[in-house]
Amino acid sequence: MIRFDQVTITYPGSPAPALSDVDLTIDEGEMCLVVGATGSGKSTLLRAVNGLVPHFTGGTLSGTVAVDGRTTTKNKPRDLADVVGMVLQDPTSGFVADTVEDELAFGMEWLGLAPAVMRRRVEETLDLLGLTELRHRPLRTLSGGQRQRVAIGSALTVHPRVLVLDEPTSALDPQGSEDVLAALQRLVHDLGLTVLVAEHRLERVVQYADRIVELTDDGHVRSGSPQQMMATCPIAPPVVELGRLAGWTPVPLSVRDARRHAAGLRKRLHDSGARAAQPVRSPAGETVSEVRDVRLRYGPVTALRGVSLQVHTGDVMAVMGRNGAGKSSLLASLAGMARPQTGHIGVAGLDPRRADPDDLVRAVGLVPQQPGDLLYATSVADECTTADQDGGRRIGTTRAVLADLAPDIDPQRHPRDLSEGQRLLLALSIVLAASPTLLLLDEPTRGLDYGAKRRLVQVLRRLAHTGHAVMVATHDVELVAEACTRVAIVADGEVVADGDVADVLASSPAFAPQVAKILSPQPWLSVAQVAGAVELAG
Amino acid sequence: MSIGDRVQQVWEPRLLHPAAWWLWALALVAAATRTTNPFVLTLIVGVAALVVAARRTESVWSRSFVAFVSFGLVLLAVRLVFTALFVGTVPGSTVIVTLPSIGLPDALAGIRIGGTVTAESLVFALYQGLQLLAVLAAVGAANALADPRRLLKTVPGALYEVGVALVVALTYAPRLVEDAVRVRKAQRLRGRPPRGLRGVARTAVPVLEGGLASSIDLAAAMDSRGFARHGEVPVRRRRVSGGLVLLGLTGAIGALFALLGGALLPLAGIPLLVVSVLLAVTGSLMAGRRSQRTRYRPDPWATPEWLTVASGAVAAVGVTLIAALDPTTMNPAGLIPLVTPTLPLAALVAVVVAAAPAVLTPVPPVALPAPTSRVTSAPEVYA
Repeated sequence: MIRFDQVTITYPGSPAPALSDVDLTIDEGEMCLVVGATGSGKSTLLRAVNGLVPHFTGGTLSGTVAVDGRTTTKNKPRDLADVVGMVLQDPTSGFVADTVEDELAFGMEWLGLAPAVMRRRVEETLDLLGLTELRHRPLRTLSGGQRQRVAIGSALTVHPRVLVLDEPTSALDPQGSEDVLAALQRLVHDLGLTVLVAEHRLERVVQYADRIVELTDDGHVRSGSPQQMMATCPIAPPVVELGRLAGWTPVPLSVRDARRHAAGLRKRLHDSGARAAQPVRSPAGETVSEVRDVRLRYGPVTALRGVSLQVHTGDVMAVMGRNGAGKSSLLASLAGMARPQTGHIGVAGLDPRRADPDDLVRAVGLVPQQPGDLLYATSVADECTTADQDGGRRIGTTRAVLADLAPDIDPQRHPRDLSEGQRLLLALSIVLAASPTLLLLDEPTRGLDYGAKRRLVQVLRRLAHTGHAVMVATHDVELVAEACTRVAIVADGEVVADGDVADVLASSPAFAPQVAKILSPQPWLSVAQVAGAVELAG
Repeated sequence: MSIGDRVQQVWEPRLLHPAAWWLWALALVAAATRTTNPFVLTLIVGVAALVVAARRTESVWSRSFVAFVSFGLVLLAVRLVFTALFVGTVPGSTVIVTLPSIGLPDALAGIRIGGTVTAESLVFALYQGLQLLAVLAAVGAANALADPRRLLKTVPGALYEVGVALVVALTYAPRLVEDAVRVRKAQRLRGRPPRGLRGVARTAVPVLEGGLASSIDLAAAMDSRGFARHGEVPVRRRRVSGGLVLLGLTGAIGALFALLGGALLPLAGIPLLVVSVLLAVTGSLMAGRRSQRTRYRPDPWATPEWLTVASGAVAAVGVTLIAALDPTTMNPAGLIPLVTPTLPLAALVAVVVAAAPAVLTPVPPVALPAPTSRVTSAPEVYA
């Protein structure tokens, strides 16, 4: 269905090709997963399928890319719109219409379908993706998961033969991503659609894939069946890592597969008497922040209704919950960016609503959802210097923090050219340079690959050991399992659970990390814990 | 079907055709440009406000009326201040105050700093400013009542692509504001950022970069979805049709401008307008054949649309006629000596007719409340 023949793509001004000598054939009805580190050319590969690369982005392409027998050299992206449905990374910036229905119809209008056909397909698509109640809603009022489903729906209404998705679940909560993946699964099985999907969060998709295409750092690809690829691929979800650790063959791809193998491992762990090593909480544990009965309204909408919690030094606290549950509002209130109408908030003895900004940055630092918002200079070095000037610090403080967190960042690069993970670390360094007692991170793992995530986990743990407290709003259960000591689950503006990670996560069907699901009822959360225990047991 | 049922069907909640709102608003603009009578102008602003209040939707655009009017008020104030301090175009003898003046070289004749401030020049500036305010209020009302995106859906095939480009540009503006708020708040996290020009630059850079990136994403998404797909059409024909449309439109806009501004007599202006429109229509018909685009659930055009356009036309024609018959009452700006403006009753009645859409059109449907999702969007700007 999709054929890459000796494809090499080079962007102007870059020394090495983004993709080199790619030979790849994807058959009809396959669900194909593209994996690779950030910057390895996943988006380039996906965008080459319908010719956005190079027609739209520039660069040179040698070799041929053909979809359903039509080459991208002869056909522009718009001419391929009837065979390739493309869902780009951020659905919001790709929306053209105002309401759900119009958005679904946009592509069909340009293909010149008869009004009766359009009407019918819109209804079918609304049903297929569970969007019926949302049909008249303005797009900007939808939640992340709903937006993603609308974006998929609007690609589907033209009945393409191929659907290409770039990180469809990276911004979604576990439930939202399950909805999207279930819909995709249905499309592949029922309609014989060919799906090409890139995703960082392999734990969510790897079990659905028929084939995995791995992009290596030098722009080459390897592809094969999931079992075969996952046995060796450096990028792997926890279930696969656990399988490798325990020596299961073939490597399990889903929790269900793994559980069939797991009885032996569970017994071994049980017999060894090893306990899951909990991330150690620093002994002092004095209260850094106290939130009592905080209520926050935006106009008619209540974001927080009576939230109370305490954060202590040494805590790495995860704040989890659906999209729109109030996680960001809670963080914003702690950082003094939102002003709750009632309730008490104290951070290191200050009330963020009233505190002087200069004092506040030393008490609490927030890395916002889009770390790029903090950055504006033209080079990393410049960014660090101005950050020091803003904070009234000795010049070089931020640089020193950055060198510690991410020694490999070239100080002369433009912040926009950094990878997602590097940009996050740069923003984090700027915030940390003020040495805030409480550090807040809003969705830090969006777009991070496993390597960058591992780095972040180390950084967070180290902060907790050096007398800081950390709060992370996230959907990423695997990050929580590895980095956090405590979890608060927020739903509808209220804290519905607050406790140790093992207690809260392991018992929740939506939030349990893979390792917990595989080894339950034993309370293991991450591969690292199991590895430690196995090592001890010999 | 009984008459009652019919009426019910015609007036059941729906959005009025956007072109009807724009035609109505253009009629108000036309009326406003024909007069400088402060009562008529104020009434036009009032009528626009009334209709907006009665029929606006919950879309982002519906807030634009207030923005347009505020802009008009600012312009009015600036105009008054400038007239008082710098420019005196209208001679007059009713001196209000004499400010200390600074002599300027002859090369700058016509501009003064300080000096005498006459009531005539102030009144002139006030009336002219009011006129501009009324025009802005009418345009703002059209913006608030009819989402430009929906207006775009009704644009003929040949212009659609240009239209999309315009709408994308229009969408860009409110998004920029949202982004700017978010970035400004985020920048506070760095400590105490500099104020003034450097502070602005610091917000502007990430906002513009982000905006640019998302526009490129949008363009890529539109391209992948078949936007601007054409059937096989010879290049020459495409160029001819495009040229005709462009020429026709330029002509039409020029003629309209000249007519409204009074630079061309109706005798010369109207034929020019007609010819231009014909050119544009021919071009778009030629081009329409190459575009295979179809429409999903197009907006209907029914009685309420006709009523809306007609009510606007009454105001425009009425004010134009009365202004021709009674120039002193309708155009008191620039009159020397000053006269007390009088109430032109007939013109006021004509303008009041234009308020009819506030009751004669169907109410917009109530969008379902979206509590959870609103919460998601609010923290993004840390409102």
